[in-house]
Amino acid sequence: MASASQGNSATAAETARQTRMSERTPATTPTEVSVRFEISNLDFYYGAKQAVFGLNLKIPKNKITSLIGPSGCGKSTFLRTLNRMNETIRNTRVRGQILLDGQDILEMDVVALRRRVGMVFQRPNPFPKSIYDNVAYGLRINGYRGRLPDLVEHSLKRAALWDEVKNSLHKSAFALSGGQQQRLCIARALAVDPEVLLLDEPCSALDPVTTAKIEELMFHLKDSCTLAIVTHNMQQAARASDFTAFMLDGKLIEHNETSKLFTTPQDPRTEAYITGRFG
Amino acid sequence: MSHVRLIWRKSLNAVMLTLTGVAAFGVVSILFLILGYFIYNGGHSLNWDFFTQLPKPVGELGGGMANAIVGSLKLLLLAALIGLPTGLLAGVYLAEFGGKALGFLIRYTTDLLNGVPSIVIGIFAYALAVEPVKHFSTLAGGLALGIMVVPITLRSTEEFLRAVSGSLREGAMALGASKWRTIATVVLPAASGGIITGMLLSLARVAGETAPLLFTALGNRFWSPGWSQPTAALPLMIYEYAISAYDDWHRQAWAAGLVLLALVLLANLGCRFVLNRRGTIRSV
Amino acid sequence: MSTTSTTFDRAAPPGSRLRAFLGRLRQGDEVAHVITLIFAVSILVITSLLVYKLWVSSHLSRAQFGWNFFWTTTWDPIFDKFGALPFIYGTLVTSVISLIIAVPLGLAAAIFLAELAPRKLSDSIAFLIDLLAAVPSVIYGLLGIFVVVPLMRTVIGPALKATLGDLPIFGGPNYGVGFLTSGIVLAIMVVPFIISVSREVLLTVPRDQREAALSLGATRWEATWQVVVPWARSGIMGSIFLALARALGETMAVTMVIGNNPKISASLFAPGYTIAAVIANEFTEATGDLYLSSLIELGLVLFLMTFLLNGLARLLIIATGRGGGRPS
Repeated sequence: MASASQGNSATAAETARQTRMSERTPATTPTEVSVRFEISNLDFYYGAKQAVFGLNLKIPKNKITSLIGPSGCGKSTFLRTLNRMNETIRNTRVRGQILLDGQDILEMDVVALRRRVGMVFQRPNPFPKSIYDNVAYGLRINGYRGRLPDLVEHSLKRAALWDEVKNSLHKSAFALSGGQQQRLCIARALAVDPEVLLLDEPCSALDPVTTAKIEELMFHLKDSCTLAIVTHNMQQAARASDFTAFMLDGKLIEHNETSKLFTTPQDPRTEAYITGRFG
Repeated sequence: MSHVRLIWRKSLNAVMLTLTGVAAFGVVSILFLILGYFIYNGGHSLNWDFFTQLPKPVGELGGGMANAIVGSLKLLLLAALIGLPTGLLAGVYLAEFGGKALGFLIRYTTDLLNGVPSIVIGIFAYALAVEPVKHFSTLAGGLALGIMVVPITLRSTEEFLRAVSGSLREGAMALGASKWRTIATVVLPAASGGIITGMLLSLARVAGETAPLLFTALGNRFWSPGWSQPTAALPLMIYEYAISAYDDWHRQAWAAGLVLLALVLLANLGCRFVLNRRGTIRSV
Repeated sequence: MSTTSTTFDRAAPPGSRLRAFLGRLRQGDEVAHVITLIFAVSILVITSLLVYKLWVSSHLSRAQFGWNFFWTTTWDPIFDKFGALPFIYGTLVTSVISLIIAVPLGLAAAIFLAELAPRKLSDSIAFLIDLLAAVPSVIYGLLGIFVVVPLMRTVIGPALKATLGDLPIFGGPNYGVGFLTSGIVLAIMVVPFIISVSREVLLTVPRDQREAALSLGATRWEATWQVVVPWARSGIMGSIFLALARALGETMAVTMVIGNNPKISASLFAPGYTIAAVIANEFTEATGDLYLSSLIELGLVLFLMTFLLNGLARLLIIATGRGGGRPS
């Protein structure tokens, strides 16, 4: 579906997006919504050291799922297995099953997978190119054949950056502020129209005002895409996400709707963490 | 359509990545080809005479390069005497005293001096030590090599001194030692392993130099007494014998090449092995 | 004691000896400073003296030929006519050939070492490549004469003639020695420098740049070629300039395989001459003052060429180290 919309113009992409939006179910619990990612019995190893232990999780479509936990609990590692980014680190091993729309991602072509599952990193990492070329990069390598400027504009609008940069599209991306750079990275990831966007502590290097902007942006994005965000900031998880998963020492301790997890945690360790006894 | 494109991109990926591997292993294999070739060709030409005999006159078979081996050692000794102290002390200045602007200027000039073609260094040494006295000499050759030793020694000395931890310095200063006493008794000894290896590396590099000796040490088919006569050197002999027309000389050129190659590579191997465990040194 | 020093003279009478001692020590620092400074400045003196000597000793030639030295092609010691053009041509042609071979080869190998090979393998190969860089020039010359020249005569030359023989650069008789042979030998000699410096520069490219490209669905090669290499481009250019400077100044190996013929030929098979080679061959035989002075002027030209290139290369490498290939 996504590759078909790639071949056509921006309007076709819009239609595809609308189709996906209509798939959305107004569900309230993880079992009722339709599932984008289904992870079962996931183990992950750095060399001999195991970082993720038998993790089971369903990530619902068109929702924001946040992953919280103390640093070193494996939440970023887990996030990076979802687009197999960990394969770029040597000596790593993954076991278990990750289904994306019912398809096992470990058997998918990794390049095609990453086009469907975009990622935004902890520190903004624009390429040393112009703003325009940054956004257009993913489209170009994928051989996009529409009006490139239209899609660049559309992506920048989705990332709420268009108004700030529309007059300086051909200036260096390095001239932008940190928060603008991070939104540029979001626009760059959105340009190839991914079904899922993974965000690895996207606000940790940003000030509160910019953070609020990105949270608002995430809220608008979930109409068209599924989001999974790793954050060390519990307030952020509570404010911005529909579902929250709490991880500790590589294990998933609890997963629930955000409102429930933060008000009536089932596990004492979750309670200890969200009430600030450790972390 | 986009599927075809993906296949194309994946194939390009595989082909290019394979090519990079082929390039890397291809270049490394050159080293082994060179070694193998010299061991094969030089090995059976190498004998005791090579190390003990003087070259025979043209037309006579046999003879050795004893004078060239001694000549090379004498040239290296001179190069060490001229180049090592200069490089060491200048390195101490850069690491311990150097101001910003002057430090940058000296560092930059050193890198440039390091890049000056060796033949030009030869001309320079000729102008300094041959032209005024009107004859070629071991001294002039040693001067040429000595100038080439300075830049490498200097940069490695500076690097290893900077790697000495600040707490060691502070410890000595806190005991009331003055700055130069701290440097002489604490910092230099702490960095000495690296500095000495750097010095050996720079000597290994000039040991194989031919061009700067062509019109300073000149070459000699006999023993060279003292320091003010022209002298033979291994690289010079290799050059002379290689471009000659005699098979027996070619044979000896291979033997001399093997000896030179073995010396230079062993020195490098040893030094870099030591250095790799202490941190690296820039090769250029 | 004195009115000017109040705080330090608490231990006044017995301390005066101590003060003198401290003063001497402080002087010791000054002495050490001055001595090392002298040696450090000697680097500047040596380099300036080098330029001065080359300039003064080439005076005769500069006065006689002026700028014509660079445009004329006659090199005739008997009639005291000296033109540098064939040597400049030979130096540039051999160096360019060597770069055409060595740059793709070296960059590819550096990419493999920095991006693909496991760290241990990469370090061992880099170690071997540093050894390759340490092989003396005369050794390459020996291999050039006895391996590359016969290969050129029997394999490479005929193969090129059979396929591309119609091009003027591959026309004319093939002697084995000449521009192409020298270029090949030079390529082998400079490729370790390109690999070694480029690898280091590529290793400094931040990880997140690679990840950004990969997360957008780029293949490994696309991420490397479109993102990592452009980031490192000024450092890579620096390594190429360093290699070029080496190739221009390389003497022995080239002298042994260039053919020693001061002629400008379109054919790469033709024997030629380079600046370094003519100095190496004729310096000790130069009988006239003008002859010697002309050779020294060639040395000056060579020095200036490599000096400029090295300077540029260092600046580029420093620039990469300071924050990557930002767009200009």
